[in-house]
Amino acid sequence: MKELLILVVVTVFTLLVYYLVEPFAHSQMHKHVESEHFAYADLPALTKKGDVARGKDLVMGAGACAGCHSIEAADMPAPMDAVSGAAAYGVNPPDLSNAGAIYDTKFLNALIKNPAHALVVEHKFDESKGEMHPMVPFYGAGGDMDQEVADMVAYLQSIAVKAEAVTPEMAFENACGRCHAVKYEKWTQIGTKPAFKHKKDALAFDIKVLEYQDSLKAYMGKLPPDLSMYIRSRGEHYISTFVENPQSYLEGTSMPRVGVSAEAAEKVVEYLEDAGDTKRHEREEIGMNVMIYIIIFAIFALLWKKQVWRDLH
Amino acid sequence: MAHFTKATSIKDWLNQRLAIDKVEKVMASEYWIPKNINFLWAMGMVLVITFALLLVSGIFLLMYYQPNVDTAFDSVNYTIMREVDFGWLWRHVHGVAASVVFLIIYIHMFTAIYYGSYKKGREMIWISGMLLFIAFSAEAFSGYMLPWGQMSYWAGMVITNLFSGGSLHADGLVEWIRGDYVPAQAFLNRFFMLHVLLVPLAIIGLIGLHFGALRIPHVNNQDGEEIDFEAESKKYLAGDKTGSKVIRFANDFMSKDMMVVGFYLIFFFYLVFYHYGFAMDPVNFDPADGLKTPEHIYPEWYFLWSYEILRPFSTDIGLMAFAFAQVIFLALPFLDRSDNAIPASRRGLFKFWFWAMLIDMITLTAMGKVPPIEPFGTIGLIAALTFIGLWIALPIITYYEKKA
Repeated sequence: MKELLILVVVTVFTLLVYYLVEPFAHSQMHKHVESEHFAYADLPALTKKGDVARGKDLVMGAGACAGCHSIEAADMPAPMDAVSGAAAYGVNPPDLSNAGAIYDTKFLNALIKNPAHALVVEHKFDESKGEMHPMVPFYGAGGDMDQEVADMVAYLQSIAVKAEAVTPEMAFENACGRCHAVKYEKWTQIGTKPAFKHKKDALAFDIKVLEYQDSLKAYMGKLPPDLSMYIRSRGEHYISTFVENPQSYLEGTSMPRVGVSAEAAEKVVEYLEDAGDTKRHEREEIGMNVMIYIIIFAIFALLWKKQVWRDLH
Repeated sequence: MAHFTKATSIKDWLNQRLAIDKVEKVMASEYWIPKNINFLWAMGMVLVITFALLLVSGIFLLMYYQPNVDTAFDSVNYTIMREVDFGWLWRHVHGVAASVVFLIIYIHMFTAIYYGSYKKGREMIWISGMLLFIAFSAEAFSGYMLPWGQMSYWAGMVITNLFSGGSLHADGLVEWIRGDYVPAQAFLNRFFMLHVLLVPLAIIGLIGLHFGALRIPHVNNQDGEEIDFEAESKKYLAGDKTGSKVIRFANDFMSKDMMVVGFYLIFFFYLVFYHYGFAMDPVNFDPADGLKTPEHIYPEWYFLWSYEILRPFSTDIGLMAFAFAQVIFLALPFLDRSDNAIPASRRGLFKFWFWAMLIDMITLTAMGKVPPIEPFGTIGLIAALTFIGLWIALPIITYYEKKA
C-alpha cells in the first residue's frame, strides 16, 4: 500500500535524523566513563577484622579523631562551629556519626592512613613539597597499624545507622553538602536554611554562609557549584561516575573522591532527583493516563474517518 | 442599511447579522479538497494543533515566568517545575512541541517540494509558508533565550554576533540588537517581548495569509492532476460522491485530518512524558554564566543544517553562504523552470535532485552538531558545497526537463 510506504519513508528519515543528532552526536561530544561499581580497586584489600571496643579507644584516644570531628552519636560535640571549621581547615570536618554507613569500608581504611591518596588529591597535596592535606594521617598507636585502623573503622560502623536507614538527605549532606549548596532544597554549606521570622536573623545566617564560602573558595580554588539542577544538566550516569572518581572527567580537579558506598551513591542521586526532577513520579502517573486517553481518542478518530469515507470510495 | 426581519430562531438571528450559513459553506462544507491525497496532506492540521498546544501551554507558562536575568532561571526551574501544579507538564508540552513543530514543518515542506505544490498558481502558498518558517525560527530562537541557561546565553551571544557581518565589523548593530555589549537584562526583555507578542502576531497573520493563498489555486493532489473543482463539486452535490474527484473540507477531509492528528498525538505525548530529553538540552539546565563558555555550543536540531552551511567556511564566505541558505528556499518556485507540477518520481532529473537535497540537509544537520574535527569538518564542507551546488543546478536541470 502506497500510504504505508510513505509512512515508512517518513519514519526512517525521522529516526535517522534523531539518531544522528542525539545518540551519535553525544557519543562524539562527551567522554564515556564506565562505572566501576564503587569497588575502589586501586586501594589495598582489607586483611584485618576490626574490634569495636579497641576501635572506640583509638577513635577517642590515640587516633585523636575527636580533635577535629564531632561524633554526635557518641555525644562528642564539634570543637568549633562550621564557619570556624572552614576557616581552619578549608572545609568543615564532617561529623562521624554515620560515616561508617555512608562511606565504603576499604575507602575508610585507606583514608585514615593516607587521606590525600584515598581522596585522589595528591596532585594538590604533595607531601614532599610540604603541602599537607588538612586531615592528618594516622601514624599508628604503637601496635599493628592495619589492625588499629580496622578497629577504628569497625567502631565507626558500629555507631552508625544501618545501611538501609541511610536517607537521601543523610547521604548527600555528609558526602557532598559541606562544599555544594542546593538552593532548591534550601541547603547551604552550613546546613538547611531555616525560615526566620526576622529579616536580620536571615541576613545573619546568609553572612555566615558567605564567610564559610570564602574559606571554601580559597581552599578549592573556586566555589563548588550549586547542584539543584544537576540531575537535568548532567544526568544520573554522569553524576554517579563523577562521584566515583572526579578525576576521570576533570583531570586535576580539586574535588576529592569522597568514597561513598554504591548504596550511598544511589541515595545521593535520589536526593538530586528530588531537587531537580521533583515531579518525576507524577509525570509517570499522568503520562500513563494521558496515553490511554489519547489512544482512545485515536481509535474514535479512526472509526469516524472510516464512517465518513465509506460513502466517498 | 440592510433589511432585518424579526428572527424566527437564534440561528436565523445570527444568519441575518453574520451570514453563518454562508460562512460555514465557504469555510467547511463547500470548501473543496481533492480526494486523491495521502496522510501527508494532514500535516497542515497537525501544525495547527501543535501551534495550539504551543499557544495554550505558553499562556500558562507566561503566568509564572519572570523576564529578569536574576530570576528567570529559577522562575522556570523552581517555580514552574516544582511549585506550580502541573507547571512541569506545561513546560514539557511547550518544549517538546517547539521541537516537534519543526519536524512537521520540514515534512510539510518536503511534501510540497516532492509533489510540486509550489508552482502554477501556488507560488504564494509556498512563499507564505516559507515566511512562516522564518517566523517560527525567530519564535524558537527568542523562546530559547527565556530560561536564561548557559545555552540561552551563549546561543544568544553567537547568533547576535552574526549581525556584525564579519569584516564589516558592524559592532554598533550588534549592540543595538542586544541593547548592551553582551546579552543582559535589555536583551532578555526584548526577546521576551518578541517571543510573547510581536512574533506570535506575525505568525497568526501569516497563517491567515497561508490559508488564504490556498483558496484560489486549491490544494494539490497526489498525482498533480488538474481538477475542475467547479464541475467535480457539482457532481458531489448531485449525489455522486464516489465518482467525484473532490470532497468537502468538513467532515470528509476533516475526519481524515483528525485520524492523523490522533495518531500524531500518541507520538507527541509519548515524547512529552517519556522521551523529552532531545527537546530540552542538558546544557541549558546550568544557569547563564558569562564567564564560563560551554565546551560545545550548538543550536537546536532544526537549525543545524543552516549552521553547518556557516561553519566550514572562513567568516565572510560563511556568512554569505548562511545568508544564501536562509533565503534560497523562498525562491524555489522561480528557480524551478519546469511547468510540471507533478510528483518528483515522474520528473526526470528532479527526482534525483529531491532525494539529494533531502540527504544533503540531513548530512548537514548531523555535521552541524558534532565538533568540527576530522572527518566531520570535511564531510560538512562537502555537504555545504553540495547544498549550494544543488541550488545552482536546479534551474538548469528543470529548464531541460521534458514536458510530462
